[in-house]
Amino acid sequence: MSNTIHMSYEVPANDFTRAGEASSSLKSSLKKMGVNPEIVRKVAIAMYEGEINMVIHATGGKIDVVISPEEIEMVLKDQGPGIADIELAMQAGYSTAPDNIRNLGFGAGMGLPNMKKYSDEFNIESTVGVGTTVTMKVKM
Amino acid sequence: MNIEDIRSILGAKYIVGEEWKEREVHTACGSDMMSDVLAFMKDQSVLMTGLCNLQVIRTCEMMDIICVVFVRGKLPDEAMIEMAKEKEIALLSTGHRMFAACGMLYEKGLRGGPDYK
Ligand SMILES: Nc1ncnc2c1ncn2[C@@H]1O[C@H](COP(=O)(O)OP(=O)(O)OP(=O)(O)O)[C@@H](O)[C@H]1O
Ligand SMILES: [Mg+2]
Repeated sequence: MSNTIHMSYEVPANDFTRAGEASSSLKSSLKKMGVNPEIVRKVAIAMYEGEINMVIHATGGKIDVVISPEEIEMVLKDQGPGIADIELAMQAGYSTAPDNIRNLGFGAGMGLPNMKKYSDEFNIESTVGVGTTVTMKVKM
Repeated sequence: MNIEDIRSILGAKYIVGEEWKEREVHTACGSDMMSDVLAFMKDQSVLMTGLCNLQVIRTCEMMDIICVVFVRGKLPDEAMIEMAKEKEIALLSTGHRMFAACGMLYEKGLRGGPDYK
């Protein structure tokens, strides 16, 4: 496994202003590695949407990234409330975000659809009361 | 058109990035919802928004958006200005409201991205 790079980020709970730091840091690293800018952008957007969700819908969490010559894999894991109906949550426009989140510019119900759109593989597992894990892969 | 053309059409002022005024802008997006903006992927865009918080700058960073125009006279705070400088995102402020500001740029030939699918 000499050609793979692992990175790990903690996403703090309840800190809206710091949300996005992990995605920003990954984006800078990928740029430095010389990854194609279009791919960097897809990874950055997908991870940023996931990171924001971890802050506004859960209590922060952990993001593990594996970069290999073939793909970039992101695993976003939180111990938040979980999602009861994943199919519904995946629908464009569906959001449970309260007004105070909407006033901050989030809660359009577009995050999960965007994450799916920008990744080549997308998987979400969630258990109510336990947490949510989103796995995304973007091919190089 | 370039960033300076946008500033002049909107009668806007520079908050950050007068030194990048020659940079070309190809498309525009107007929204106060960041995931709406994130659904749109285009090179060298300008974002028109009435939202004024740090996540606006973060969103632009992720999208490689090169310029933000705050409408309704909104002004970014110090933290936003610092981040914009670091990420080389020009920040402008205009007194026009969203509809009028977008219309003025559209009239001069600037267009949005494709429809959402
Ligand atoms: N990590 C999570 N933990 C618990 N619930 C979640 C999580 N991520 C998403 N959800 C649920 O799924 C819904 C849809 O998520 P999605 O990201 O598509 O939209 P949003 O976050 O509400 O708005 P937007 O992403 O447009 O700002 C959320 O409103 C929330 O109910
Ligand atoms: Mg979301």
